Amino acid sequence: MKYVDEFRDPEKARTLAKEIRDLVGRIERARRRPLQIMEVCGGHTHSIFRYGIQQMLPDEVEFVHGPGCPVCVLPMGRVDDCVALAERPEVIFTTFGDAMRVPGSKKSLLQAKADGADVRMVYSPLDALKLARENPGREVVFFGLGFETTMPSTAMTVLQAKAEGLRNFSLFCNHITIIPTIKAILDSPDMHLDGFLGPGHVSMVIGTRPYQFIARHYGKPITIAGFEPLDVLQAVWMVLRQIAEGRCEVENQYGRVVPEEGNAQALAAIHEVFELREFFEWRGLGSIDHSGVRIRDAYAEFDAERKFSVPNVRIADPKSCQCGEVLKGVIKPHECKVFGTACTPETPLGALMVSSEGACAAYYSYGRIELGSKHGRLQHGGPQRRINP
Amino acid sequence: MSDRAEAAVRVIEGSLRKRGRLRDSHITLAHGSGGKAMRDLIEDVFVGSFDNPALAALEDQAVVALSELASHGDRLAFTTDTFVVNPLFFPGGDIGTLAVAGTVNDLAVSGAKPLFLSCGIVMEEGLPVEALRRVVASMKRTAEQAGVYIVTGDTKVVERGAADKLFINTAGIGVVPEGISISARNARPGDAVIVSGYLGDHGTAILVARNELALETQIASDCQPLNGLVETMLRACPDLHCLRDATRGGVATVLNEFAQSSGVTIRVREAALPLRQEVKGACEILGLDPLYLANEGKLVAVVPAEAAQRVLAAMRAHPAGEHAAVIGEVTGEQAGVVVLQTVFGGERIIDMLVGEQLPRIC
Repeated sequence: MKYVDEFRDPEKARTLAKEIRDLVGRIERARRRPLQIMEVCGGHTHSIFRYGIQQMLPDEVEFVHGPGCPVCVLPMGRVDDCVALAERPEVIFTTFGDAMRVPGSKKSLLQAKADGADVRMVYSPLDALKLARENPGREVVFFGLGFETTMPSTAMTVLQAKAEGLRNFSLFCNHITIIPTIKAILDSPDMHLDGFLGPGHVSMVIGTRPYQFIARHYGKPITIAGFEPLDVLQAVWMVLRQIAEGRCEVENQYGRVVPEEGNAQALAAIHEVFELREFFEWRGLGSIDHSGVRIRDAYAEFDAERKFSVPNVRIADPKSCQCGEVLKGVIKPHECKVFGTACTPETPLGALMVSSEGACAAYYSYGRIELGSKHGRLQHGGPQRRINP
Repeated sequence: MSDRAEAAVRVIEGSLRKRGRLRDSHITLAHGSGGKAMRDLIEDVFVGSFDNPALAALEDQAVVALSELASHGDRLAFTTDTFVVNPLFFPGGDIGTLAVAGTVNDLAVSGAKPLFLSCGIVMEEGLPVEALRRVVASMKRTAEQAGVYIVTGDTKVVERGAADKLFINTAGIGVVPEGISISARNARPGDAVIVSGYLGDHGTAILVARNELALETQIASDCQPLNGLVETMLRACPDLHCLRDATRGGVATVLNEFAQSSGVTIRVREAALPLRQEVKGACEILGLDPLYLANEGKLVAVVPAEAAQRVLAAMRAHPAGEHAAVIGEVTGEQAGVVVLQTVFGGERIIDMLVGEQLPRIC
């Protein structure tokens, strides 16, 4: 496959894995405790599990699966607001597919749909705009969520709605922004991270400069990484090389996509339509200052929160969930009290079990081989492999 | 009776004896009422198309000689399936093709020779008769391809809004030849795992046909009857261990069923999976896994290792199996586990799907 298979070459992967082992051997810190590298983005988590990347790395390198899956970190109260909007008879509620399964305090959007709400899956906010044009007698609400990756297309959609003078389209804005979130993790007292894989798609929009504080103020190396398995391996190697050489910089492995300055047009659209909220609630992490955006007054007519009344109730995360500790790398997903018992992909309690990109869901679905290596179950010819039941 | 009156009686009797003819452009509630409109519909659309003596008798049941069944084997296979699909027509087939091929395949994967099908149809008031005729023509064509007869049926019409255009139920009976024993419980360590061709074509074709993706691909559904292919495989190796068509839930679901029923581990090599570039591309864009995509004309087989190459060669010589491939093997480390060896040299578990696959946000 042109431009895909090139990034999945097993021979190159083995070479990189060997170089990573060599590097780790040179890092004194790795002898005392494993080096923890956080992949901020859920797309990286997905790649790591899908391709079994952890198994190619030495035991001294551990991935900490960060908060970068927007579906996972959506607070329960916001899902309840979605359901309330969707259940209004005049509303056609539009959403990306994987947001439909996120549980609210009473039901998910998928359950609301089964109960009669007009919930429709779209692949782009522009599809929602098309629905608004085709249904002038209905109110079409688009559920905007995601980091800077999806923010520009939502902003452009609002601009387009304004240009067309559409009166029956609005946005339920739950977009979040990455930098304050990383900062909140770095400020956490129980944090042990040694370096970061920076989110590739977010950085395509914001560029590499906004990450400078991670290297300068917190002394942690960061490499912006692409999503193909070779991208991830090379980025890990780049972070470790910085550690071995005692450097702390922002490096860009994903240069074929990410420009240093970001995408000016996308940033302009974001700035035109959105402004920072004072604080925004995250599942598993609590409230983080300036971590979410809302629609500016100039576009208030397209703000579903102002157009309709939503309950806006804050619902506490279940007490038994340890999502926050998993996100910060303090515990591994399977060390959570309810992992695989009360909290499974069928009945997710915590944020990280919700979407397939969440660390716990990925561990549950894909990662039992890694877990098993500590429990000695599955074996086959060649190196021993084990699986937990 | 006068000459004129006699002539009139002849005209009336002649027209009554004529086979019914459906002149309406859309289905109405009258077509399900049991009266003349329904009779016209059945005679014109169904009896005219499916054209076999058992159906033409227009009794409430088809009667089949036991001796005919017994001539094919020693056990009856009996199955039913209901087909709902949106859109009704898609590249490579329609709901009619699916309704016949699906039931034929459910029989075939037991090793049975499929013989007779029933056809129950639920139509929504307002369905264009032309659409029904197209679907029935597909059913006839697919039945001929599979060598089965549609010998009995039922028609219902529901009010507009009570159903989505057209639902079809088909049940089928077939006969399993003596000595054939295929079951999901038969996989043994050492066996080879084979698929009959490119995976995920149907699922991708439906996604594209729904026109939600604006993808410009020419991918067509793979829906087709597989009984001919299974016969070929059985000739090459009468001792096929497991066989199942990989429909909803895809190959991943079938492999999990085999692994759990047989109490074995199944190891699959990602690099060996036959996948079209279009399917790979659509899955990359949407974040879907092709192993879970639906197929409607592909099967998964578990065969003894020593027969694997013989079965593979036989499959590749058949049009329904020309892209068949050995994708992995059965091992015995742990019961009920499917492991994928990634192109990258790593491993991951392939689980049963939770809910349906939903495209990821980014």
